[in-house]
Amino acid sequence: MDLSQAYDAMLGDLAGAFPLVLLAVAGLVIVVWDAFRNNDPLLPYIAGGALAIGLVFEGSQLASEQTTLFYGNIRAGGFAAFINMVLLGGTLLSVVLSVPYLRQIKHAYGEVYALMLFATVGMMALATGNSLIMLFVGLETMSVCLYILVGLVRKDEGSIESAFKYFVLGAFATGFFLYGIALLYGATGTVYLHEMQSGFAQSGATTMFWAGVGLLLVGFFFKVSAVPFHMWTPDAYQGAPTTLTGYMSTTSKAAAFTALILVLYYALPPERWTTVLAVVAVLTMVAGNVLALAQDNVKRMLAYSSIAHGGYILVGLAAGTAAGYSGALYYLLIYSIMNIGAFGVIALLEWDGKIGREQTMESLSGIGTQRPFLGLAMAVFMFSLIGFPPFGGFFGKVAVFGPAIDAGLTWLAVIGLLASVASAGYYLRVVYVFSFKSADERPAEAPATGTGFNVPFSSLAVLSLCVVLLVVVGFIPGLRDVTTHYFIDMAVAAGTL
Amino acid sequence: MIQQVLFLFLAVVAIGSALGAVLARSPINSALWMVVNLIAVAGLYITLNALFIGVLQVLVYAGAIMVPILFVIMLLNLGSMPAPSEIQWKHVVAFILGVALLTQLAFVLAIGLDALPEMSVSEEAVAASSAREIGKMLFTRYVLPFEIIAILLLAATIGAVMFAKRKFA
Amino acid sequence: MELTVNWYLALSAILFSIGVMGVLFRSNAIVILLSVELMLNAVNVSIIALAQMMADSTGHILVFFVLAVAAAEAAIGLSLVIALFRTKPTVDVNEFNLLKH
Repeated sequence: MDLSQAYDAMLGDLAGAFPLVLLAVAGLVIVVWDAFRNNDPLLPYIAGGALAIGLVFEGSQLASEQTTLFYGNIRAGGFAAFINMVLLGGTLLSVVLSVPYLRQIKHAYGEVYALMLFATVGMMALATGNSLIMLFVGLETMSVCLYILVGLVRKDEGSIESAFKYFVLGAFATGFFLYGIALLYGATGTVYLHEMQSGFAQSGATTMFWAGVGLLLVGFFFKVSAVPFHMWTPDAYQGAPTTLTGYMSTTSKAAAFTALILVLYYALPPERWTTVLAVVAVLTMVAGNVLALAQDNVKRMLAYSSIAHGGYILVGLAAGTAAGYSGALYYLLIYSIMNIGAFGVIALLEWDGKIGREQTMESLSGIGTQRPFLGLAMAVFMFSLIGFPPFGGFFGKVAVFGPAIDAGLTWLAVIGLLASVASAGYYLRVVYVFSFKSADERPAEAPATGTGFNVPFSSLAVLSLCVVLLVVVGFIPGLRDVTTHYFIDMAVAAGTL
Repeated sequence: MIQQVLFLFLAVVAIGSALGAVLARSPINSALWMVVNLIAVAGLYITLNALFIGVLQVLVYAGAIMVPILFVIMLLNLGSMPAPSEIQWKHVVAFILGVALLTQLAFVLAIGLDALPEMSVSEEAVAASSAREIGKMLFTRYVLPFEIIAILLLAATIGAVMFAKRKFA
Repeated sequence: MELTVNWYLALSAILFSIGVMGVLFRSNAIVILLSVELMLNAVNVSIIALAQMMADSTGHILVFFVLAVAAAEAAIGLSLVIALFRTKPTVDVNEFNLLKH
């Protein structure tokens, strides 16, 4: 190919990939700025500004035509704009929540914000990538940044230990993911997702293809912490700084699930994977909820609960229809809002100086009566996580269970509903402890009544925003269908519908 | 004939040194076995006529990655690990899993359920694996992943400094 | 006896499995790190053999990226080992068990 033409084309593509470039540049600016003025309080504003601009840009692209940029390496517009908005929005909320929290735990490093932006770049590359190389690079960029963020409080041995466990299992999963990529590349002769089917038909290397898909799925199941590949999740979530736990439990999951959906959608004939996905979904929902019931530490409980939510999303994927995939994406949006909110509240209520690693649920007794707003917000998040109408979680569950029933997987949806009912056990316990227990029942080492918990205005604003969004999100017309037409259009184009 | 002999020799060295790296009691022996493995694999690349990647393998893997690993082992002054006192159930499970995985993969790929062509590297393959062609692809078709890899390396540098520095502020 | 791509794939599978066993078996943090590197290295053998079979430079690009990722992971892993060593002077991962429920 002619190089000068290539550069003209790439310059044109830069505009389409504007948020990706903007975040990368903002991250570099933060790193350099931080080198001269260490931990300048201005740094989070740079990060937040870049994220907000990116969010507005993607919002304007939401209705535009879906295209691919940089020689078909990433997608932009339409579907990609939706998932990018989830990622950018989730990161923005987490950045705002992290500023006072990191100051409180005395780890307000400027690099944190740069790493969050870099992680988001990786997530966007993963979620909108159209080639296996892009997926691999995006996944690794995201993972490496998250390993660092998990171990941020490294003077705390629990934090560094959780970072190490996360790293080892993450790198292990990368090996499987990469092996899957290698075999798929060999079996299809291409790394582009949309060429996989035809390449596979041409080469006929069946064993290699299915072995590759299996290994790739193992890699994905690790990253979305589906049972039985979930063992890193509770440790990593418990040892990470709390607001960053909220960040990594939502956005990284959203990115990995989106990539998984696109791989399933493009590379595989759906009927062969319904059973595997359904089995993993059942295991994930049941194990996540049962183990969450047994937890006494709030962060660990929320970690298991987020495993269970991965299971609900897998129900949508198991349906294997356009409605199922778009329902899963819709669920990811709602799940991100409620989980970031829940971890945000927990972050504000932390007192043990060990990033909440040893804080039991009972130590938060009576917070709801002393801090009515936090009690109310937590109640909304918990009811939404259960899937109680009229909160967002309910509409999310409808969006994933409905297509499963339509696809004939009624038994799977029933198990999902039963699992949701079981989950009420631990979510309602949080509400009960917050609002109906008196502060006198707190253990002796907890701080005295009402003191110690500073609630800064910015956190209050973010939590209110999450609450409002959860109340109204189910009633926004058209939001549920924003991604549906993508899969239907593609199916029409491919002649399968 | 010479190709088969070379392959078999390098494969035996690679497998032997990999076993050595995983089974050696002292981490320093592990690391040195690993270097042997990486060089044997580089040799395999060269028998496949992938010269550029073969050279990179020696420079990046055997050089840039193994040197810090050896350095850290020396820095922390790690001696031999004590022998495991009892067989843990975890190890039994791991062993069964490993053997199952090994036999499956070897069966699937070696016994050749997919009849793959004979390994004779064509002229086009030599051209496609040249530094010129790889460089051209890297800076046109794959320029975006290339830039993101740059971000990844920067993030890793920040992380390494953050974790390893005694006082980070 | 012809030398086919399957031979390279089989070698790659064996090396990969040795790496997997290393991660699962060993409790020394450094050896676990080396085993992860071994896994990535094993996959590279597959990729190069397949790329040469198809006369396609995409595989070489992928290996190039894998090398960069392996370097980044080694850097993070080693610095984590150093940080772990500071909290407790051992690299035996079984000694680190604060996060049990």
